[in-house]
Amino acid sequence: MQKLLCGVAAVALAWLGAGAARAQESVKIGMVSEYSGQFADTGAQIDHGVELYIKQHGATVAGRKIEIIRKDTGGIAPDLAKRLSQEVIVRDHADILGGFSLTPNALAAADVSAQAKKFMVVMNAATSIITEKSPYIARTSSTTPQLNYTLGQWAAKNGIKTIYTMVSDYGPGIDAETWFQKGFKDGGGQVIGSVRFPVANPDFSAFIQAAKDKTPDAIYIWIPGGAQPAAVGKALAERGIDPNKIKILGQDALASETALKSMGNIAVGMITVSDYDYNHQSPMNLAFVKAYNDEFHRNPDFFSIGGYDGAHLIYAALEKTGGKADGDSLIAAAKGLSWESPRGPIMIDPETRDIVQTVYIRRVEKVGNELRNVEIDAVPNVKDPAHGAKK
Amino acid sequence: MSSDTIAAPASAAAPTAPLAFLRAQGRWHWAEIAFWLATLLPFVLTPDYLVLASQVAISALFALSLDLILGFSGIVSLGHAAYFGVGAYTAGLLSVWGWGEPLTGLVVAGAVTGVVGYVTSFVIARFRHLALIMITLGFGLLLQEAANSAGWLTGGFNGLQGVHTWPIFGKFEFDLYGYTAYAYALAVLFLIFLVARRIIHSPFGLALRGIRENGTRMPAIGAPTHSHIRTIYTIAAIIAGIAGAILTQSTETVSLEALGFQRSADVLVMLIVGGTGKLYGGLIGAAVYMVARDQFSGLNPQYWYFWIGLLLIAVVMFLPNGILGGLAGIADFVKTKWTKTP
Amino acid sequence: MPPVFGVLFDGVAYGMLLFLMSVGLSVTLGMMNFVNLAHCSFAMLGGYVTVTLMNALHWPFFATLPAAFIAGAAASVVLERIFFRRFYNASELNQCVLTIGIVFVSVAAAAYIYGTDQQPMQLPSYLQGSITFLGLDFAIYRLFLIVAAALITILLVVTLEWTRFGAQVRAAVNNQRMARGLGIDVDTLFAITFALGGGLAGLGGGLAIAMLGLDPSFALTYLIYVLIVVSVGGLGSIAGSFVAAMLLGVADMAGKYYVPAFGSVLIYLVMLVVIMWRPSGLFGRR
Repeated sequence: MQKLLCGVAAVALAWLGAGAARAQESVKIGMVSEYSGQFADTGAQIDHGVELYIKQHGATVAGRKIEIIRKDTGGIAPDLAKRLSQEVIVRDHADILGGFSLTPNALAAADVSAQAKKFMVVMNAATSIITEKSPYIARTSSTTPQLNYTLGQWAAKNGIKTIYTMVSDYGPGIDAETWFQKGFKDGGGQVIGSVRFPVANPDFSAFIQAAKDKTPDAIYIWIPGGAQPAAVGKALAERGIDPNKIKILGQDALASETALKSMGNIAVGMITVSDYDYNHQSPMNLAFVKAYNDEFHRNPDFFSIGGYDGAHLIYAALEKTGGKADGDSLIAAAKGLSWESPRGPIMIDPETRDIVQTVYIRRVEKVGNELRNVEIDAVPNVKDPAHGAKK
Repeated sequence: MSSDTIAAPASAAAPTAPLAFLRAQGRWHWAEIAFWLATLLPFVLTPDYLVLASQVAISALFALSLDLILGFSGIVSLGHAAYFGVGAYTAGLLSVWGWGEPLTGLVVAGAVTGVVGYVTSFVIARFRHLALIMITLGFGLLLQEAANSAGWLTGGFNGLQGVHTWPIFGKFEFDLYGYTAYAYALAVLFLIFLVARRIIHSPFGLALRGIRENGTRMPAIGAPTHSHIRTIYTIAAIIAGIAGAILTQSTETVSLEALGFQRSADVLVMLIVGGTGKLYGGLIGAAVYMVARDQFSGLNPQYWYFWIGLLLIAVVMFLPNGILGGLAGIADFVKTKWTKTP
Repeated sequence: MPPVFGVLFDGVAYGMLLFLMSVGLSVTLGMMNFVNLAHCSFAMLGGYVTVTLMNALHWPFFATLPAAFIAGAAASVVLERIFFRRFYNASELNQCVLTIGIVFVSVAAAAYIYGTDQQPMQLPSYLQGSITFLGLDFAIYRLFLIVAAALITILLVVTLEWTRFGAQVRAAVNNQRMARGLGIDVDTLFAITFALGGGLAGLGGGLAIAMLGLDPSFALTYLIYVLIVVSVGGLGSIAGSFVAAMLLGVADMAGKYYVPAFGSVLIYLVMLVVIMWRPSGLFGRR
């Protein structure tokens, strides 16, 4: 009888072990992101960030090989994102979920992360509630409130008394408007008007004109990347906005590399807030930018750094757990992890699992022949204010 | 009622021709039975793909509803996702407000969508051709914008949060592998398919086909075209709403793209690829399109729509009546070759 | 001057652009009943040609415009010869699927060659900025657009009304069978008209970059607006396309300035109202 039990136990263990042994070979990261469609560039930059990190640090960590499985959501498609996350875990045996530029997709996948108890690293999506949806999520990008509240406060404390806000009429835009205005009012400023653009809006001149009519000290503009920053720039030029009289404030996408190229000299003087720019003058960043250019022939941006630091988080967590890739171990390891990134010092908040980092205020200036974002101020250790964590 | 007495003796000997025609058409072909048995295969052969299978079933149901108005009645709609979305959000909101039972959720979603469909059908019935296409497109786009603005209700860009579906019959939880989801979607698809099949093989269905062929002639023979169109449009809306509700319940998420233009365009393409006016066209088209998209996307995440584009061009060039049309053509060809009269 | 004139001006400029991009589709749809959803792909092609010539080969902006036109025209002819002519008698739905397939292929090709990011483009300095007149700012580029489009429109109208070719086109649009019966070579006529329409779309695309931006999704995004212009204006009617484009352009701008909450939906509302009132469009026949 004992022999039989031993035999059964041995077979069972062997069977389980076979499965486990298969998994011991590599840690699979399911990158559920946008590789096609209008957000494809974002997805590509995040992917590049991850790839570069792996290239620089080797594809093995804590004795296990790292394998990336890519799944394309094509854009805003939460049901597809959820299905792809499920499939990459069930079918491909992924241990970790990564990627996620868009909030609806991240929120849908969060359910899967919680249900399957898998570590999930959000590398771009910026809405605060994402980290609350699953106890296994950590974020390595930034949150909209984190950046915009900081900008709002900074603006009010730096000579801007009245402001007119203009945002895209959808989730992230409304989020940005809420927190910027909150920060601005908390800093003592006055919001004299606001407007929300339709999301797919190619032409801003009517809106800019309405803003100009109110003669604010500054105009705050929040738009998603893509076609819009260039269009805004043109509208600003056409309406004759003088950057010395009316300042233009915004978030990173407004002053991205492509945006600046399209806007031309009208962009000089624009003040934006971001967690990262390739122009950041630290030795680590200069090396990072060079390596990125060597590999991908373009400059990294804030999407890239989300991917790069996301990969770092996965590596660091795996090293801390000694190679164990289950959700509980990894998230426990991730909490409180801090390191020096090309963007500056960052930390994963142990309570909210969200990112704590330095927020930079930059101004567009002409450096040589190019337009660059030059840092004029920095606010360290900014937590996401929406999670109730006040500094 | 005199027509009954006149017909009665004749029917004893030979049934009246149209009814006989319908009855003959309504008989179950062996290929149909094989098809439905085949839908059970994923449980056994490809259990890793059940979540995809459930979404194929949902799209198939949606395509079926479009076939009823487009394939059989000639109403081209570029905004059919509006009903899918209304059903999806109804089921979602019901769950968020505390009632997550799926089957009653389906009924409620269908009912709400039916009302919306009925009201819009009054406008739809008046127009044809390009005007109809643009009106359905316009309605769809307006609804999308309205849903985005009503973020307090729909959750806006982020999607509706907090949807939790109770287990079916209190027992079958929606699992990570998709067993429950596929079983649920497939069962609903089959039941509704039976209903649709019955409708099509009825005098009402025949009248619809008449309207499709020549809408101006039908009133001349006494068929109330507008009323028929309103009826089938409402039915199609209900079915689309149910499909949307199943999606919300099985994925526990619903967002704006459920009623978006992309979804309307996708379902139209699926139906045309499968073959319009054949009942199974939507089902086959949904399966082919979604599986092809999944595979292309897996192989080549960045440029899969290049291959989808080629697929579409190929289908239209070589199978102008859709896949089912092509298969029917092959079947006819084979039949004529093999049963040549000497 | 009250701001309404500024809004009108912007709206007219936007409308002119929509007109250029739509007029080709209206004529081919009206003449041959061929639903060409790939029409905006020609516009996108024109845009990419302009950008490539300007950024890579440093051509001056004006020189790229004829090139954009030729590119659009050439692409139209090639596609027409290879694909479209097999589908003249096919169902509208099949035409839709065929042309959508072509759009997908074109979008993927554009993404592959140029990447998915926005194409940066710097207008020549004399077209940038604005001039102030009676207290309002008028963008120089929009002025240029209006003038250019107006010239092209006049050219089109002159061609249509006063040339033999134009008379043949009008005949073919009006009654194709009759035109054939009179010995008019409708097939060649259609090929030429198609090329013209595609060329205008390409030109429109090249002109649009500075106002609307350019990325691979351009072919799909603006398809909806072009369809709206064509259906509101009426198939086969140049005047219809013009009026519809103006109406929609101004409505869009006015909506965004005066009622921003409804800004984006005003175009759809106007379309619905017009089509429900006149299903064949403002100037459509039938």
